[in-house]
Formats: sequence, C-alpha cells, structure tokens
Amino acid sequence: MTIGLLSLLIWLPIIGGIAVILLGGRFGSDRWLSLGVAVTTFVLSLPLWAGFETGTADMQFVERMPWIRMFRAEYFLGVDGFSMPLIMLTTFLTPIVVLAGWEIIKVKPAQYFAAFLIMEGLMIGVFAALDALLFYVFWEAMLVPMFIIIGVWGGEQRVYATVKFFLYTFFGSVFMLLALIYLYLQTGSYSILEFHQVPLSLNEQILIFLAFLIAFAVKVPMWPVHTWLPDAHVQAPTGGSVILAAVLLKMGGYGFLRFSLPIAPDASQTLDVLMIALSLIAVVYIGFVALVQQDMKKLIAYSSIAHMGFVTLGFFIAWAILARTGQDAGIAMGLTGGMVQMVSHGFISGALFLCVGVMYDRLHSRDINAYGGVANTMPKFAAFMVLFAMANAGLPGTSGFVGEFLVILASFKANVWYAVLAATTLILGAAYTLWMVKRVIFGAVGNDKVAALEDVNGREFLLLGLLALFVLALGLWPAPLVDVMNATVDNLAAHITQSKL
Amino acid sequence: MDLIPAEFLPALPEMALALAICVLLLVDLYVPDRLRDLSYLVALGGLVLTALAVGESAVDGRVEIFTRSYVSDPLARFLKLVALVMVATVFLYSRSYLRDRGLFKGEYYLLGLFATLGIFVMISAASLLTMYLGLEMLSLSLYGLVAFDRNNATAAEAAMKYFVLGAIASGCLLYGISIIYGVTGSLDFGSVAAALGRGETEDLGVLAGMALIIVGIAFKFGAVPFHMWLPDVYEGAPMSVTLFISTVPKLAAFALTLRVLVEGLGPLADGWEPLLATLAVISLALGNVVAIAQTNIKRMLGYSTIAHVGFILLGFAAGSRDGIEAALFYTVVYVLMAAGAFGVLILSSRAGFECENIDDLKGLNQRSPWFAAMMLLLMVSMIGVPPLAGFYAKWWVLAALIDAEMLGLAIAGMVFSVIGAFYYLRVVKVMYFDDSDGGAELVPGLDLRAVVSLNALLVLVLGLSPEFLIQLCTDALG
Repeated sequence: MTIGLLSLLIWLPIIGGIAVILLGGRFGSDRWLSLGVAVTTFVLSLPLWAGFETGTADMQFVERMPWIRMFRAEYFLGVDGFSMPLIMLTTFLTPIVVLAGWEIIKVKPAQYFAAFLIMEGLMIGVFAALDALLFYVFWEAMLVPMFIIIGVWGGEQRVYATVKFFLYTFFGSVFMLLALIYLYLQTGSYSILEFHQVPLSLNEQILIFLAFLIAFAVKVPMWPVHTWLPDAHVQAPTGGSVILAAVLLKMGGYGFLRFSLPIAPDASQTLDVLMIALSLIAVVYIGFVALVQQDMKKLIAYSSIAHMGFVTLGFFIAWAILARTGQDAGIAMGLTGGMVQMVSHGFISGALFLCVGVMYDRLHSRDINAYGGVANTMPKFAAFMVLFAMANAGLPGTSGFVGEFLVILASFKANVWYAVLAATTLILGAAYTLWMVKRVIFGAVGNDKVAALEDVNGREFLLLGLLALFVLALGLWPAPLVDVMNATVDNLAAHITQSKL
Repeated sequence: MDLIPAEFLPALPEMALALAICVLLLVDLYVPDRLRDLSYLVALGGLVLTALAVGESAVDGRVEIFTRSYVSDPLARFLKLVALVMVATVFLYSRSYLRDRGLFKGEYYLLGLFATLGIFVMISAASLLTMYLGLEMLSLSLYGLVAFDRNNATAAEAAMKYFVLGAIASGCLLYGISIIYGVTGSLDFGSVAAALGRGETEDLGVLAGMALIIVGIAFKFGAVPFHMWLPDVYEGAPMSVTLFISTVPKLAAFALTLRVLVEGLGPLADGWEPLLATLAVISLALGNVVAIAQTNIKRMLGYSTIAHVGFILLGFAAGSRDGIEAALFYTVVYVLMAAGAFGVLILSSRAGFECENIDDLKGLNQRSPWFAAMMLLLMVSMIGVPPLAGFYAKWWVLAALIDAEMLGLAIAGMVFSVIGAFYYLRVVKVMYFDDSDGGAELVPGLDLRAVVSLNALLVLVLGLSPEFLIQLCTDALG
C-alpha cells in the first residue's frame, strides 16, 4: 500500500512530534529535530502546489479507504482550490513558528516544539478531510495541543485564557457535531461531497446553518463571540499567537466554504442579512475597539477580528448581489476576495505577532507606552514592522490590499452602503495600525530600555524576511493564488445559486 | 467434558469461577503472610481459567438453561470477557497499593472474585430471581470491600452508608419484582414479556412494579436522585476498592438494565423510556455541575461517573437497537477510562501518601511527564474530545438519539458535556500549568507502569481505530 501525499503531510509532523516528546531533548535534539520535521513537511508539500490541476474544481490527491464500516465513515482526503492554499500556508508557517521559539523557550522545549508539530498535522488534516467525521476528529483534536501551548508557555493570565479558549471552541463545535450526525442520517454516509448534494427543506437548512454558524463563528471569530480571541492571543506565547491568527482562524472561514454555503445555500440566502450585518459590525465596531488598545498583541488580535469580518462579508455578499442585480457576476469576486484575504491575513498577522514577539523577548512588555523610537536602535526591525503595518492597513502593493479591494468591489455590486461601511476599514485599519507604529517605532527614544535594544539577529531577520517576501509577492502578483482557486470558486458560485428546495 | 452434563455447559464460566474461589479460600488459609503473593497469583489464575471457560462455553445463538433462569448469548460472553479483563486490571493495579498499606490480604481477592461471580450471574440472568441473586452477591461483596480497611473510620462510614442505602434499593427492586410476578405469574424474562405483551400493561400494578425496578437500577448505576451513596463511597473506600467499584459493576448495571427493562419489560418501553430519559438528564446536570465544586479527585470522579451514567441511560432512552449498542459501547469505554484514571491515582500514591486531592497532582508534568501524558489522554477522553475513545461513545449515543428524533435530549447531553469539560480541564491544568510543590517523581513498579500505559494508550488506539470495538458491540447484541 502506498501512502498518499496528503497522508504523509498529516502524519509526518504528528509522528515527528511524538518522536520529539519521546526523545525529550535527550541528545540536545529537540530543536533541530523539530525544525527538520517542519522543513521536510514543507518541502514535501511543494508537490501539492506544483502538481495541482488549476482547471478543475474536482478534488485532487484523493485518498479513500474504509475507516468505520458500520457507519460508512471513511478515511477520505482530498484538496481543492480552497484547501490547498491553506495547507501550504500551514506548512510554510510551522517552520517559522519553530524558529521563532528557538531561543526563548526554556521550559520543556521538547513538549513545546512537539505540540506545534502535532498541531500542524491536525490542521492539515482539517483542511484535507473530506469525510465529516474525520474532519470533526481533526477539528476537535486541535484543541488539546493549543490548550497546552497557551497554558504552559503563556503569560500571567494564561490559565483563564486557555480555559476560555477551550470551552468557547468546544461549545461551538458540539452543535456542528449534531448537524453532521443529522446530515449523516439523511445521506447514509459521512462524505462531505454527498452532503453538498442532499436536498433539504428550508427549515432543516436553517437549523443546520445555525449549528454550523455557532461552530464557525466562534472560530473565525465573529462578533459577538469573539471575546476569547484577545485573551488567548495576549496570553499565548509568540508561536501560539502566530498559529492561532494565521491558521486557526482560517478554519472558521474554511468551514463556511466547505459546509455552510454548499450544504445550506437557501438558509445562507435567507440569513444573509444577518451574516452581512455581523461582518460589518466586526469591521467597523471592532476597528474602533482596536483603536483604543494599549497592548500591542490585543490590538493585533482585534485587527484580526476586523479583517476576518472582511472574509465573511466576501462570502455572504453573494446573495445581496444576486438579489440586487439578478445575476451571479460578482459572486465569484467576493468569494475570491475572502479567500485571498484569509491567506494574506495569515502572513500579515503572523508577521505582526512575530514582530511583537521580537520586541517582547527584549523588553518583556507588550505595552505600547513602554516603547517609543524603536527605529533608532533597531532600524532593520523597524523597516519590517512598518512594512507589515502598511500591509495590515491594506496598502496597495501588499497582499492586504488585494483581498480587501476585491471584497469592497463585490460589496459595491450589492449595496453602496455595505461598500461604504466596509471601506471604513481603510481608514480605521490605517488609523489603529499606523498610530501604533508611530508610538512604538517612531519618535524620540522612549526610555533607557529602548535605548539599549539590539537589532534583529540573523534568525529573526530570516523569519521576518521570508514573510515580507510573501506579503510583497502576493500583493504585486496575486495571480498564482487566484488561478489556483478560480475553478473551485466558480464551481461553488454555481452550486450555491442553485436552490436545494 | 464428561464431568459436566452437556446442558450445564453454558454455565461453565460460573462454575470455573466458583472453583477458583474455593481454591483461593483454601490456599489463602494456609499461606503465611510473606507468601501472600500466592493468593494474588491464584486469583489471577482463576480469572484466566474463567476466561478459558467462557471460550469453552461458547454456543451458537441464545441458549437458556436451568428452567429458563440462566441464559448464554454472545452479549453475555462479551460482557464476561470484558469483566474478566477489567478485574484482572484492577488486581494488577491494586497490588502495590495494598502492600504499602498493610492491606495485602487474601480477602481482597476473595471478595473481588465473589463480586465478579455476582456480576457473571447478573450478566447471564434470564429471570428476575436470578438477577436478584446475582445483584445481592455483588452488593454484599462490595459492602465488605468498602469496609475492607477496618481501622479506617471513613471507610467504615462509607460502607455503612452504602449498605443501608443499598438495602433500601434492593428492597425496592425485590418489591417491584414481586409485583411483576404477581401480575404476570412468571419470573423469566421471556414469559414476563409475553404476558405484558398481551395487553396487561395498563394495569397500575405493572407500572408500580416497573417504577420500583427502575429505582433499583438507578441505584446500582448511581443515577440521580439515587446517587447519594456514590461520592461518599468513592471517597471513603480505599483507592483500590474505589477502582473496583467504579469499573466492573458498571458492566453488571448495563446487563441489569438490558435484561430486565429491554428483555423483560420490553412491552412497557413507552413507560420506562421517558423515566430513563429524565434520570439521564438530571444525572448529567447534577453530576457535571457538582463535580466542578469538588477538590477531592475521588469525589470528582464519583460525580463524573454520575454524568457518564446519564449518557449511558440516554442510549437506552433512545429505545432503538442502535441506542443499546451505543450504551454498551459507552459502558465498555467508560470502564476503561475510569480504570485508567484511578490507575494513575494509585500510581501517584505511595506508602503514607494518598493522592486524593486534585492538588496532589500538581506539576505532574515536571515530575513524570509520561504519566501526566497518560492522564491527559484519559481526561481528554472523558471530556469526549477525539481522537480518543470517549468521543465515539458520546457520538454514537448522540447519533442514536437524533435518529430517534430526540433532538432535545441530544442537545442536553452536549451542553452538559461542555460544562463537564471544565473539571477535567482543571486536572490537566493542575498537572501541566502548575508548579510542583515538592512531590516526588513517581517510581512505580514495572507491572503498574506497563498496565497504566497500556490502559491509556488503548483509549487512544480505540479512538484512532474504533471500528474493532464498535464491531464487537454490534455483534454482541447481534
């Protein structure tokens, strides 16, 4: 029996992680072994990109074999234009996270790196699973390593933050489980692709949609169930924040694309105003909340919520467009915009959390007021920080611009006021990000501690440089990413405009 | 085997076990204290012998003997094998614990085997009277076991409480049995079901009998509001006895419910399903909520048992074959998880130190990362997080409930599971996030280490590939 590429990507990091725990740094090996596993996984994931057929919406790299025969649950993996870029994002960020924890993790380093490797495997599993039960297994299993990561290596309030994180997400996902079981009873199988085809009445769809909504809204997170995120981000170690913002949040958005929209299109249509309203509240209200934050990590956390509001807006604007113009042009634009925004936000928020981590390692403070004039002592670092801040504000030429632009453009087709509200992010995003940069990076040197700062070392330069490369590349030339998902987006746009009633 | 008449063959396991008990009685009488290991080995040998007898007694399908008061079917053999494995595990866990406390006596094994015999009789009961016989045998052995550390006042108090409440419950059960007998004129489940099926179900007497029987069942399971004994007994009894009570008798309680309610009072299903559903929901609610307030981990696991029992009863309340299979799966998985959890506690205790407060596990990850990881697996499995066996147990029960269009019960089950997650997480928190306050590294014997690790890893393996156990449960109820 041959092992498929996707299985390899899922199980290599998990087994590697277990090996790291078992060796327990006995030969001084945990960092290098972890880095080796993470880099190997990334290299192995390259053929996924290279061998991906862009012209089709069918699942690729499919692996399928029986798992629990009595319930027709299968070990069923495959990727399409939505999941492949997210898997690449995961495999790319994990080595960065390992490197980010290279020197600062003193307590149980083997467990720290192992937790991230196991997380990586589980996250890839979530994106690759095409069997609902398998998906749920990966989805829930992820909670445990993240719980440990925040709880063991986090800040002072880590226990509160991690328990809140666990209970919020656990509460959200149990309702998804009920919906998945219901769909299984309707179709007689756990295949997600069969779920897409099953006809459902509007009432059923609405209940299923709401069950999924609880799960995904918590994960995204959408207002008003976002409150776990600032706590978790602030308390998590740098690596935890990066993975949380860059990959975990994307699972909510991915869930909408994989489950809510195609399984319950009519319910999505019925409830689109609700979804658009929640998205706009996230964009506008959370934008204001971000403005007043004193803690850099909290500020970036709120900025993440606002940016994820764009993602959900892009997904659900479809019906507003349909209702207004009567045609489906523009739907694909919103979906593409949301997807691009997810990938781009993965890079940018990850990079910003790394930047905060770099400063925190030196000064042990996340408070904006503890800094000032960092550019004087850390010029190279300041250049990176300003770049990522610009990208976060959606500056054209960076990846942050592409997604926001597409979503705003799509919103215009639906309703000018939606577009206007969404576009406030250009002002708000610039305001809270750049104001933070102004207070932290520019100006006169704030205090003696800042004066004594040392600029980034080679390792940190490498991390930030890699991310900067991708942020710029994606902003200047987004075509490779957009091409990959074109066929899948068109297919989904066609699917959701067909009523299931 | 010419020694045993062919029609007795299905009862071979009970005979083998009884034989082993007699041998143990005699051996234990004559061995000096320093050779007490011999009793232990005889007890384990007896279990192996009984397991062989279970294999030997295999018959096709369902056979009833002893004038329809004893039944052998695939379910009975499956439950007996699971019970034997769990009793052996309990014995393995307990040895060093008992030795450290000067409790390493033959009586522990003797009472344990008697209790197992009671469980066997319950599992194979085909009539109300056989069931009662097995139940009393089990209960009396357990009362003795709880009071086993006779110089310990808490244990004596717990045993007294258990005995008094248990006697009341047995009385209720017996009263219910007598009413059912009075109405239907028979004691074996088949005839009772046939008589009830003829339409005497409207009779008030039948309903009263049924209600009293359910009281007995709820008491044995520890379902709210008949749970009062459970936390006290868990806390008061020596750890090795708590380990026993929290595991194997649950299999008997499952058999009791299945045989009496489904096979005997099956025609009354419309009457007892709502009752079980009510018991289930209040057990889930009270167990999960009150567990949060506990600082003693034995009590906490006691309340956690009550919550898990709620889930098992939900499986029965679904009223379908699927639901019963789910309940069986849940019971087996629960027994495995509880054994592992108490195993880690036994392992964390040592001479002169009882690991019985949650705080006693502080910093376990720093002291013994391997066992902290094992406990982590068990706790996470009890929450019901995949990929651990506990998840599939909950998932299957939920699937059965949704299939039976009992969405409300399914939602209640899930919501209380989320509440329950909190106190399991607290154990993880104490082990991983808190600093050790001077506890020593765990240095258990090789046997204990191996069994605890196997037990916890089995929960993981069954989670990655649950098909095997699911298949066994479906076949057992075939």
